[in-house]
Amino acid sequence: MMWRRGGDSPAQSSLRCTHIDSVNAVAKPYIVSESNISRNLAGTRRFLRALFSRSQSTLGAALVAFFFFLALFGGQLAPYPKANDQSHDARVSPTLDIGSLQLGAHPFGTDRLGRDVYSRVILGASSIFRTAGLGTAISVVLGSALGMAMGYRGGWLDELLGRVIDALLALPALLLALVMVGIIRNLDLAINSWQAALADEVTLLVIAILYIPVVARVARSAALDIKTREFVAAAEIRGESSAYIIFREILPSAIPALVVEASLRFSYAIFLVASLGFLGFGAPPPSPDWGLMVNENRGGFYRLTPWALEFPALAIALLVIGVNLMSDGIRRAVQKGGA
Amino acid sequence: MTQLLEARGLGVSYRLGRRWLPALREFNLRLDSGQIIGIVGESGSGKSTAALALMRYLSANGRIDGGELRFLGEDMLAMGAADLRRLWARRIKLVPQNAGAALNPSIRVGPQVAEALKAAKGIASAKASQQVIAGFSDVNLVDPQQVVERYPHELSGGMQQRVAIAMALICQPSLLVLDEPTTGLDVTTEAVILDLLRALIVGRGAGVLYITHNLGVVAQLCQRVVVLYAGEIMEEAPVAQLFASPRHPYTLGLLSSLPKPGQRKAQSRLQTIHGNPPDLRSMGQGCVFAERCPLAIEMCRTQKPPLEEVEPGRLTRCFRWADVAFPAARGAPMQAVALANVDEAGQVVMRTEQLARHFPVPRDLDDMLRGRKPQPIRAVDGVSLRLRQGQTLGLVGESGSGKTTLARIVIGLEARSGGRLELFGADIQGGLRARRHDLLSQVQMVFQNPQNSLNPYRSVRQTLRRPLVKLRGLSTQAADDQARQLLEAVNLRADYADRYPDELSGGEKQRVAIARAFAAQPSLVICDEPVSALDVSVQSAVLNLLADLQAEHGSACLFISHNLSVVGYLADVIAVMYLGQIVEIASADALFRAPSHPYTEALLAAIPAPDPSQRNERIRLADDLPSAQNLPGGCRFHTRCPRNIGEICAREAPPWRETGPGQGIRCHIPLDELAVLQAGAS
Repeated sequence: MMWRRGGDSPAQSSLRCTHIDSVNAVAKPYIVSESNISRNLAGTRRFLRALFSRSQSTLGAALVAFFFFLALFGGQLAPYPKANDQSHDARVSPTLDIGSLQLGAHPFGTDRLGRDVYSRVILGASSIFRTAGLGTAISVVLGSALGMAMGYRGGWLDELLGRVIDALLALPALLLALVMVGIIRNLDLAINSWQAALADEVTLLVIAILYIPVVARVARSAALDIKTREFVAAAEIRGESSAYIIFREILPSAIPALVVEASLRFSYAIFLVASLGFLGFGAPPPSPDWGLMVNENRGGFYRLTPWALEFPALAIALLVIGVNLMSDGIRRAVQKGGA
Repeated sequence: MTQLLEARGLGVSYRLGRRWLPALREFNLRLDSGQIIGIVGESGSGKSTAALALMRYLSANGRIDGGELRFLGEDMLAMGAADLRRLWARRIKLVPQNAGAALNPSIRVGPQVAEALKAAKGIASAKASQQVIAGFSDVNLVDPQQVVERYPHELSGGMQQRVAIAMALICQPSLLVLDEPTTGLDVTTEAVILDLLRALIVGRGAGVLYITHNLGVVAQLCQRVVVLYAGEIMEEAPVAQLFASPRHPYTLGLLSSLPKPGQRKAQSRLQTIHGNPPDLRSMGQGCVFAERCPLAIEMCRTQKPPLEEVEPGRLTRCFRWADVAFPAARGAPMQAVALANVDEAGQVVMRTEQLARHFPVPRDLDDMLRGRKPQPIRAVDGVSLRLRQGQTLGLVGESGSGKTTLARIVIGLEARSGGRLELFGADIQGGLRARRHDLLSQVQMVFQNPQNSLNPYRSVRQTLRRPLVKLRGLSTQAADDQARQLLEAVNLRADYADRYPDELSGGEKQRVAIARAFAAQPSLVICDEPVSALDVSVQSAVLNLLADLQAEHGSACLFISHNLSVVGYLADVIAVMYLGQIVEIASADALFRAPSHPYTEALLAAIPAPDPSQRNERIRLADDLPSAQNLPGGCRFHTRCPRNIGEICAREAPPWRETGPGQGIRCHIPLDELAVLQAGAS
């Protein structure tokens, strides 16, 4: 794990801006903040240059950025923002107005219910980022805190939680996710409409819970390594609290490893969300969920409207490939600096 | 004597991003067969690059910029990969710095060495294994028939190094390159390996290149010396002349910054070379050493001095080589460190009574089946020490003797499993969390590895501010003012406050770490090998700094080092530790005189003196340190003791014989007899 060793990697310095507390130093005769800021900018630039020096990583980042843009502005971009419930002419093939080189009325065609596939694919981006993205973020934050505490404190708590985590990791993620969704749904069948409205939140929660142990394990091993360094002993000698040592001394050095882990988790989460949707355990119809759309349009309808299945499937594939390429790039960029 | 290797104007660059950094420039060397040439330099001087370039074995990001390289008259730069491989297999052998990492962990060492022999001479396996055993006994490996069956990890560091040396020598190379072969080893092991190398190399007719940072090793082993600095040869001379009368200010600086055995801080400060080695990325026009040179004149900064022959067989790259011999070159006379008054009746700052730390060993399957409990590892086993206000207590011993564990118990990072610990008159129970606030600020520590002792995400200001705020209760404003004074005290410019650790050199990092330790105004500072990771040219400045700060604050100091010269310079009282026990306590002056414990005697004899006329081979410790889990009975040192007097040593624990107030030797031999024995030997 090269990025944890060695002094400073570009990613590390780029992330340093999060814990600088020298704002009040401006009043001093020797001014700090400017050099700090320029240093962090330089670090970020170095990191980005390393990231974009490979065309694969650039492509990955561009794909992710593209879908994120769709997630933010999909509502404005989709020609039929209400394509969830509005039916048009059923089963229209993809059209392209060749003469004026403009997208036709239904560039990706319509599905068996006559809904515009193009609009639905665009609208589906936002729920992916809300569930997979936010779920990953929550799992990274909580998992890091848990793993760091386990790694630093050690002892029986670490032993106990470590075993639980090992047990959880032994089970297939999808299986666990299905069980969890099942449990949550069974909590209160009476208010089904409530369940439907909160379907995305349930998925988000499942992703977060599912990935906390995975992230915790990475954070734990990072903390185990970093805590042997002498600056941690120096902090202990000062009588610092565990929380101070974990968050102020150890965490900054672990961030590169955690960023790599987060990007990797995100790509798994996208796939998991799509799988849940496909199996009918995600958002209920008529949500524009990519996994759900693949399911709705498979089987007999496939021969009639192949495009209604192919375009959402393509969207899933592109986003997953993009995240993977970007994650690989981040890992390399972090390593390059750390080595 | 045939000319073996010749390099002329050799240059090597490494790629860094899109730039090529010239790591070695205008390198000349002539090596005859049977000759041993030492290449000395600090880290980053290009000495390993030179060695690898001379073998044409550079890493993929390195290239040879130009020049000539001939091996037995053949142009090595024109050779193809296959020719080079044949050359490496048969004629040129490298002994690497870290044999543990260079040996393949999954092949037994016998077959591994046999493989090298097969590649070199095409000898069949059965015959090869015979030769391997013979080769192993040549390097004094005990019981070579057994050793060939072992895997590298089953051997100690010293044994691994012997295997690597055997692997190289068995092929009877024409050229042997030794890249810091003893750097990771204890002094005692180093001394044995050096004796061995001297015996094996001389008379084999091979040419030897010995790469090292240690001037003492060069003085003891080599015939000629090349001094490298920032990728250029500063001076080249026969060893006796170089050490007697250096002709380059850098060589002079290096030689005079080493603490001599017996030199004390009360007599004189250590000579220093100020500043840091230059950055390869931003080198000026002039002499590479000009920035740090006490003799530098205007010309040195604008023009590059040539490497010229100033006497037959002596080369130097300096415009002012003729002035080097004069006292002015040695800089201002060094004052003694202004010592705080060490009162023999002063307050006892730290007292340990039979302090012990036994690490329990978990039972393995074998233990469970036999129903026995494994012995604990006795890292520290009954240590009684006393340290008074203002005093410096040096703690020496080989690695594995328990020095660091002892320090960690005192500071509270490690729990103790027995005995008493008193700090400032108060009995200490429990770990760090149980210690009161004022006690925390009174005991501080300087760590060994400057790379790890500063948080890479904190600027120097943030690093120094924290103890001031946390332990001395200053406001942020006041703490920053104080931090500036601390920087000044450790001779760093005020603008260093905004730097991060990766923008500091090793010596600068250690200065910041020292400033951090003294920020809390401690009464006791524990220094665990504070200079062992630093280059010679910056080491002495850090030692002076430590002595000054300690005197100024009147703090007591527990100073741990494996280097007896360093400890002797800094400490008032020295405790010698062996396998968890103190075997001798002596004042620094007395330690270098007889009588001393046989272990101390061996440690002293093992130091390679940076003076070719001094050779000290009378006492050597043959074996490795026994395991602290399976301690020898009787006297713990009896298995390796050169003065072993027989059965009593193996049977009975030796008595503590007082040599003075608070001083003594743990040995069966009566003191007057020891004195006679040791006087007779020297």
